[in-house]
Amino acid sequence: MENVKNHIVPYRTFLYVLALLIVLTLTSVTLTQISLGTFTVTIALLIAAIKSSFVLRIFMHLKFESLMLKLMVLAVILIICLVIFITLLDYLYR
Amino acid sequence: MTTETHRDDLASKTGMWLFLFTEMLLFGGLFVVYSVYRYRNAEAFHLAAEELSVFVGTINTIILLISSATIAMSITAIQKHNKKLTLLLLGITVLLGLAFLVNKYFEWGEHIREHIYPGSPILASRGQGDVLFYGLYFFMTGLHALHIIIGLVFICVIGRLIIRDKIVHDNFVLLENSGLYWHLVDLIWIFLFPLFYLIT
Repeated sequence: MENVKNHIVPYRTFLYVLALLIVLTLTSVTLTQISLGTFTVTIALLIAAIKSSFVLRIFMHLKFESLMLKLMVLAVILIICLVIFITLLDYLYR
Repeated sequence: MTTETHRDDLASKTGMWLFLFTEMLLFGGLFVVYSVYRYRNAEAFHLAAEELSVFVGTINTIILLISSATIAMSITAIQKHNKKLTLLLLGITVLLGLAFLVNKYFEWGEHIREHIYPGSPILASRGQGDVLFYGLYFFMTGLHALHIIIGLVFICVIGRLIIRDKIVHDNFVLLENSGLYWHLVDLIWIFLFPLFYLIT
Protein backbone atom coordinates (compact mmCIF):
# COMPACT_ATOMS: atom_id res chain seq x y z
CA MET A 1 0.00 0.00 0.00
CA GLU A 2 1.15 3.54 0.56
CA ASN A 3 3.39 2.64 3.49
CA VAL A 4 6.49 3.68 1.60
CA LYS A 5 5.21 7.10 0.58
CA ASN A 6 6.32 9.24 3.50
CA HIS A 7 5.68 12.93 3.32
CA ILE A 8 7.62 15.04 5.80
CA VAL A 9 6.08 18.38 6.69
CA PRO A 10 8.79 20.87 7.76
CA TYR A 11 8.64 22.19 11.36
CA ARG A 12 8.32 25.78 10.20
CA THR A 13 5.06 25.02 8.32
CA PHE A 14 3.45 24.06 11.64
CA LEU A 15 4.87 27.16 13.34
CA TYR A 16 3.52 29.45 10.59
CA VAL A 17 0.09 27.82 10.82
CA LEU A 18 0.19 28.10 14.62
CA ALA A 19 1.00 31.82 14.40
CA LEU A 20 -1.83 32.31 11.93
CA LEU A 21 -4.28 30.41 14.15
CA ILE A 22 -3.36 32.53 17.19
CA VAL A 23 -3.76 35.74 15.16
CA LEU A 24 -7.17 34.54 13.94
CA THR A 25 -8.20 33.72 17.53
CA LEU A 26 -7.23 37.18 18.76
CA THR A 27 -8.97 38.79 15.77
CA SER A 28 -12.11 36.85 16.57
CA VAL A 29 -11.95 37.91 20.25
CA THR A 30 -11.38 41.58 19.35
CA LEU A 31 -14.09 41.72 16.70
CA THR A 32 -16.73 40.09 18.89
CA GLN A 33 -15.99 42.46 21.79
CA ILE A 34 -17.06 45.35 19.57
CA SER A 35 -20.79 45.13 19.27
CA LEU A 36 -21.56 44.38 15.64
CA GLY A 37 -25.10 43.15 16.21
CA THR A 38 -26.14 40.18 14.13
CA PHE A 39 -22.81 40.18 12.29
CA THR A 40 -21.03 39.01 15.46
CA VAL A 41 -22.32 35.45 15.07
CA THR A 42 -21.42 35.37 11.36
CA ILE A 43 -17.92 36.74 11.93
CA ALA A 44 -17.15 34.43 14.87
CA LEU A 45 -18.35 31.34 13.00
CA LEU A 46 -16.59 32.38 9.78
CA ILE A 47 -13.27 32.76 11.62
CA ALA A 48 -13.86 29.42 13.39
CA ALA A 49 -14.45 27.81 9.98
CA ILE A 50 -11.23 29.30 8.57
CA LYS A 51 -9.30 28.11 11.65
CA SER A 52 -10.70 24.60 11.40
CA SER A 53 -9.84 24.38 7.71
CA PHE A 54 -6.17 25.05 8.60
CA VAL A 55 -6.25 22.48 11.41
CA LEU A 56 -7.81 19.89 9.09
CA ARG A 57 -5.58 20.58 6.10
CA ILE A 58 -2.17 21.09 7.73
CA PHE A 59 -2.20 19.74 11.30
CA MET A 60 -4.35 16.73 10.39
CA HIS A 61 -2.35 16.30 7.19
CA LEU A 62 -5.44 16.15 4.95
CA LYS A 63 -3.80 18.33 2.30
CA PHE A 64 -1.40 15.47 1.58
CA GLU A 65 -3.87 12.57 1.87
CA SER A 66 -5.74 10.70 -0.84
CA LEU A 67 -8.74 12.20 -2.61
CA MET A 68 -10.95 9.49 -1.10
CA LEU A 69 -10.17 10.55 2.47
CA LYS A 70 -10.64 14.23 1.59
CA LEU A 71 -14.06 13.48 0.09
CA MET A 72 -15.06 11.42 3.13
CA VAL A 73 -14.21 14.27 5.52
CA LEU A 74 -15.97 16.77 3.28
CA ALA A 75 -19.09 14.56 3.20
CA VAL A 76 -19.26 14.36 6.99
CA ILE A 77 -18.85 18.14 7.34
CA LEU A 78 -21.59 18.67 4.75
CA ILE A 79 -23.93 16.29 6.60
CA ILE A 80 -23.43 18.20 9.87
CA CYS A 81 -23.99 21.56 8.13
CA LEU A 82 -27.11 20.23 6.38
CA VAL A 83 -28.58 18.88 9.62
CA ILE A 84 -28.02 22.24 11.35
CA PHE A 85 -29.41 24.14 8.34
CA ILE A 86 -32.54 22.01 7.96
CA THR A 87 -33.26 22.02 11.71
CA LEU A 88 -32.97 25.82 11.81
CA LEU A 89 -35.19 26.17 8.71
CA ASP A 90 -37.83 24.21 10.60
CA TYR A 91 -37.61 26.48 13.67
CA LEU A 92 -37.36 29.74 11.73
CA TYR A 93 -40.23 29.17 9.29
CA ARG A 94 -42.62 26.92 11.13
CA MET B 1 11.69 -11.88 2.63
CA THR B 2 11.35 -11.32 6.33
CA THR B 3 8.45 -12.61 8.39
CA GLU B 4 7.28 -9.06 9.14
CA THR B 5 3.68 -8.94 10.38
CA HIS B 6 1.24 -7.52 7.87
CA ARG B 7 0.86 -3.77 8.13
CA ASP B 8 -1.49 -1.36 6.39
CA ASP B 9 -1.00 2.22 7.48
CA LEU B 10 -3.60 3.60 5.10
CA ALA B 11 -6.28 1.31 6.54
CA SER B 12 -5.17 2.19 10.08
CA LYS B 13 -5.47 5.89 9.39
CA THR B 14 -8.78 5.52 7.54
CA GLY B 15 -10.13 3.58 10.52
CA MET B 16 -9.07 6.40 12.84
CA TRP B 17 -10.83 8.92 10.60
CA LEU B 18 -14.03 6.82 10.61
CA PHE B 19 -13.95 6.95 14.41
CA LEU B 20 -13.35 10.71 14.30
CA PHE B 21 -16.45 11.03 12.06
CA THR B 22 -18.59 9.54 14.83
CA GLU B 23 -17.05 12.06 17.24
CA MET B 24 -17.80 14.90 14.83
CA LEU B 25 -21.42 13.74 14.52
CA LEU B 26 -21.71 13.46 18.31
CA PHE B 27 -20.63 17.07 18.83
CA GLY B 28 -22.50 18.10 15.67
CA GLY B 29 -25.71 16.89 17.31
CA LEU B 30 -24.92 18.95 20.40
CA PHE B 31 -24.33 22.02 18.24
CA VAL B 32 -27.82 21.53 16.74
CA VAL B 33 -29.29 21.46 20.27
CA TYR B 34 -27.30 24.59 21.15
CA SER B 35 -28.49 26.47 18.03
CA VAL B 36 -32.15 25.68 18.61
CA TYR B 37 -32.09 26.57 22.32
CA ARG B 38 -30.17 29.72 21.59
CA TYR B 39 -32.72 30.73 18.96
CA ARG B 40 -35.58 30.15 21.38
CA ASN B 41 -33.89 31.84 24.40
CA ALA B 42 -31.81 34.53 22.71
CA GLU B 43 -31.98 37.06 25.56
CA ALA B 44 -31.11 34.62 28.38
CA PHE B 45 -28.24 33.08 26.37
CA HIS B 46 -26.91 36.57 25.66
CA LEU B 47 -26.84 37.53 29.35
CA ALA B 48 -25.55 34.18 30.60
CA ALA B 49 -22.70 34.08 28.04
CA GLU B 50 -21.47 37.46 29.29
CA GLU B 51 -20.70 35.86 32.67
CA LEU B 52 -18.05 33.59 31.16
CA SER B 53 -14.46 34.86 31.24
CA VAL B 54 -13.33 35.66 27.70
CA PHE B 55 -9.77 35.97 29.00
CA VAL B 56 -9.59 32.42 30.41
CA GLY B 57 -11.33 31.11 27.28
CA THR B 58 -8.80 32.83 25.02
CA ILE B 59 -5.85 31.50 27.04
CA ASN B 60 -7.26 27.98 26.84
CA THR B 61 -7.78 28.32 23.08
CA ILE B 62 -4.17 29.37 22.59
CA ILE B 63 -2.96 26.54 24.89
CA LEU B 64 -4.80 23.97 22.76
CA LEU B 65 -3.57 25.49 19.48
CA ILE B 66 0.06 25.32 20.66
CA SER B 67 -0.40 21.72 21.86
CA SER B 68 -1.81 20.81 18.45
CA ALA B 69 1.24 22.32 16.76
CA THR B 70 3.67 20.46 19.07
CA ILE B 71 2.09 17.05 18.44
CA ALA B 72 2.05 17.75 14.70
CA MET B 73 5.76 18.63 14.88
CA SER B 74 6.48 15.40 16.80
CA ILE B 75 5.52 13.48 13.63
CA THR B 76 8.12 15.45 11.67
CA ALA B 77 10.65 14.74 14.44
CA ILE B 78 10.11 10.97 14.37
CA GLN B 79 10.36 10.93 10.57
CA LYS B 80 13.72 12.66 10.94
CA HIS B 81 14.91 9.91 13.35
CA ASN B 82 14.93 12.40 16.25
CA LYS B 83 13.54 10.31 19.11
CA LYS B 84 14.48 12.78 21.86
CA LEU B 85 12.74 15.71 20.17
CA THR B 86 9.67 13.54 19.46
CA LEU B 87 9.37 12.70 23.16
CA LEU B 88 10.04 16.30 24.20
CA LEU B 89 7.29 17.58 21.88
CA LEU B 90 4.86 14.94 23.16
CA GLY B 91 5.79 15.91 26.73
CA ILE B 92 5.01 19.56 25.98
CA THR B 93 1.67 18.50 24.44
CA VAL B 94 0.74 16.58 27.60
CA LEU B 95 1.76 19.48 29.87
CA LEU B 96 -0.32 21.93 27.79
CA GLY B 97 -3.27 19.54 27.94
CA LEU B 98 -2.95 19.43 31.73
CA ALA B 99 -2.72 23.24 31.86
CA PHE B 100 -5.99 23.39 29.91
CA LEU B 101 -7.64 21.10 32.46
CA VAL B 102 -6.32 23.16 35.40
CA ASN B 103 -7.81 26.32 33.87
CA LYS B 104 -11.08 24.48 33.31
CA TYR B 105 -11.03 23.36 36.97
CA PHE B 106 -10.73 26.93 38.24
CA GLU B 107 -13.35 28.12 35.76
CA TRP B 108 -15.88 25.49 36.80
CA GLY B 109 -14.95 26.00 40.47
CA GLU B 110 -15.81 29.68 40.14
CA HIS B 111 -19.25 28.88 38.70
CA ILE B 112 -19.99 26.21 41.29
CA ARG B 113 -19.01 28.59 44.13
CA GLU B 114 -21.60 31.01 42.75
CA HIS B 115 -24.12 28.13 42.91
CA ILE B 116 -24.27 27.82 39.14
CA TYR B 117 -24.30 24.15 38.25
CA PRO B 118 -26.88 21.80 36.72
CA GLY B 119 -29.64 21.12 39.23
CA SER B 120 -28.82 24.11 41.43
CA PRO B 121 -31.95 25.78 42.89
CA ILE B 122 -30.35 29.23 42.52
CA LEU B 123 -29.74 28.59 38.81
CA ALA B 124 -33.30 27.27 38.43
CA SER B 125 -34.67 30.50 39.92
CA ARG B 126 -32.97 32.48 37.14
CA GLY B 127 -35.28 30.96 34.53
CA GLN B 128 -35.39 28.38 31.78
CA GLY B 129 -32.92 30.11 29.42
CA ASP B 130 -30.11 30.19 32.01
CA VAL B 131 -30.77 26.57 32.98
CA LEU B 132 -30.44 25.55 29.32
CA PHE B 133 -27.33 27.67 28.71
CA TYR B 134 -25.43 26.39 31.73
CA GLY B 135 -26.71 22.85 31.19
CA LEU B 136 -25.24 22.89 27.69
CA TYR B 137 -22.11 24.72 28.89
CA PHE B 138 -21.31 22.15 31.56
CA PHE B 139 -22.25 19.19 29.36
CA MET B 140 -20.38 20.27 26.23
CA THR B 141 -17.22 21.60 27.93
CA GLY B 142 -17.34 18.57 30.26
CA LEU B 143 -17.56 16.12 27.36
CA HIS B 144 -14.74 18.04 25.69
CA ALA B 145 -12.62 17.87 28.87
CA LEU B 146 -13.27 14.12 29.00
CA HIS B 147 -11.88 13.92 25.46
CA ILE B 148 -8.81 15.87 26.61
CA ILE B 149 -8.24 13.32 29.40
CA ILE B 150 -8.63 10.39 26.95
CA GLY B 151 -6.29 12.15 24.50
CA LEU B 152 -3.67 12.65 27.24
CA VAL B 153 -3.78 8.94 28.17
CA PHE B 154 -3.54 8.05 24.46
CA ILE B 155 -0.48 10.30 24.01
CA CYS B 156 1.21 8.85 27.14
CA VAL B 157 0.72 5.30 25.80
CA ILE B 158 2.22 6.40 22.48
CA GLY B 159 5.15 8.01 24.32
CA ARG B 160 5.82 4.70 26.07
CA LEU B 161 5.83 2.89 22.71
CA ILE B 162 8.31 5.43 21.35
CA ILE B 163 10.62 4.92 24.37
CA ARG B 164 10.51 1.15 23.71
CA ASP B 165 11.23 1.74 19.99
CA LYS B 166 7.90 0.22 18.96
CA ILE B 167 7.13 3.43 17.07
CA VAL B 168 10.02 4.41 14.82
CA HIS B 169 10.82 6.59 11.80
CA ASP B 170 9.23 4.17 9.29
CA ASN B 171 6.38 2.91 11.47
CA PHE B 172 4.63 5.79 13.17
CA VAL B 173 0.98 5.48 12.15
CA LEU B 174 -0.04 5.12 15.82
CA LEU B 175 1.60 8.45 16.59
CA GLU B 176 -0.25 9.96 13.62
CA ASN B 177 -3.55 8.54 14.91
CA SER B 178 -3.01 9.95 18.40
CA GLY B 179 -2.23 13.28 16.71
CA LEU B 180 -5.46 13.08 14.70
CA TYR B 181 -7.43 12.51 17.91
CA TRP B 182 -5.74 15.45 19.63
CA HIS B 183 -6.39 17.73 16.65
CA LEU B 184 -10.06 16.74 16.69
CA VAL B 185 -10.25 17.79 20.34
CA ASP B 186 -8.71 21.11 19.29
CA LEU B 187 -11.14 21.38 16.36
CA ILE B 188 -14.15 20.96 18.65
CA TRP B 189 -12.81 23.64 20.99
CA ILE B 190 -12.39 26.01 18.01
CA PHE B 191 -16.21 25.95 17.76
CA LEU B 192 -17.06 25.68 21.47
CA PHE B 193 -15.02 28.80 22.28
CA PRO B 194 -16.89 31.33 20.08
CA LEU B 195 -20.28 29.73 20.78
CA PHE B 196 -20.03 29.95 24.56
CA TYR B 197 -17.56 32.77 25.23
CA LEU B 198 -17.62 35.18 22.29
CA ILE B 199 -21.13 35.38 20.86
CA THR B 200 -22.87 37.36 23.57
